[in-house]
Amino acid sequence: MKRADLIASIGTTDLEQIESQLTSFLRETRARSASLVDRTGRLLANVGDSASVDQISFASLAAADFAASDQLAVLLGETDFATLYHHGERQSMFLADVDGWAILAALFDRRTTLGMVRIKTKGTVTRLSRVFSGMAERGPTGSVVQMDVGWAADAESEIDRLFTE
Amino acid sequence: MSMINYASREINCKLVYYGPGLGGKTTNLEYIYGKINPDTRGKLISLATEQERTLFFDFLPVDLGSIRGFKTRFHLYTVPGQVYYNASRRLILKGVDGIAFVADSQAERMDANIAAMENLYENLTEYGFDPNQVPIVLQYNKRDLPNAVPVEEMRAHLNPAGRLPELQGVAVTGKGVFDTLRAISKQVLKSLS
Repeated sequence: MKRADLIASIGTTDLEQIESQLTSFLRETRARSASLVDRTGRLLANVGDSASVDQISFASLAAADFAASDQLAVLLGETDFATLYHHGERQSMFLADVDGWAILAALFDRRTTLGMVRIKTKGTVTRLSRVFSGMAERGPTGSVVQMDVGWAADAESEIDRLFTE
Repeated sequence: MSMINYASREINCKLVYYGPGLGGKTTNLEYIYGKINPDTRGKLISLATEQERTLFFDFLPVDLGSIRGFKTRFHLYTVPGQVYYNASRRLILKGVDGIAFVADSQAERMDANIAAMENLYENLTEYGFDPNQVPIVLQYNKRDLPNAVPVEEMRAHLNPAGRLPELQGVAVTGKGVFDTLRAISKQVLKSLS
């Protein structure tokens, strides 16, 4: 992994740019869905047909998968493994490191090929990396709705209500 | 570091249950999973060995719902406790917002508690955190066992400055489990606001 910092917030314009890249990627590859997951396992964006997939669990496991591979790479004397591929009978998954910022996860089936996904991933990763670099330099862009002053108090009340038997 | 997604109006916080092996971290999560309103939680994912020891982590997402327009979610993780799984532990700590340290109250596990606490501080430091700034709560688990050492002794070893909030628990029966979850969640919220 090349970046140690994490993106703490995403603005509306940032998300539009990210989703636009993911949508182009889907159109070009005919993959089923494309997700962007941060290195801590949080889902940042998702486009395509993923209704049947538990996205929260998927994000957590994809990040763990990548983190474990990074450590395997270190053991083997590599800096990292930039991509991972999991082959399934009906669906397959291709994961690519976005310069340490995030992980691009593509789910695809027989409508496309691994080669096509792999080729198109490269450019998409470069463009997404540029978006993240911009976010890191400028902070979130677009309409940034500030959290209400009463948010913390309300959240505490919800914690008291929900985190109980 | 909490992720605030202004575009989708989401706040995601990562809470990690840390502590020595067989101390009750997974039991805490399983109890929460079993008792919390099913509408507010996702699946409990356990990457465990065949002997049900945590190999990589357990994961449980819990949703607070929409609060003043922001969908607020806690991601609860456990780490494997055994000493030799440190690489996995370190990975799970990435981006952590708060830690519930689950200590085993049995006298013979005191050394393991201390080693796990030292290991936590080392791993946090390695990620660039100031361990004294990270929200941490301490659960003294297994208080029901006959060989449980007095709380004062636990404190002397694990919380000598008295800085960390302490809770007593018997995770298998649920005692202290939700108290711990509430305490660490609120600490994290405080650090956000």
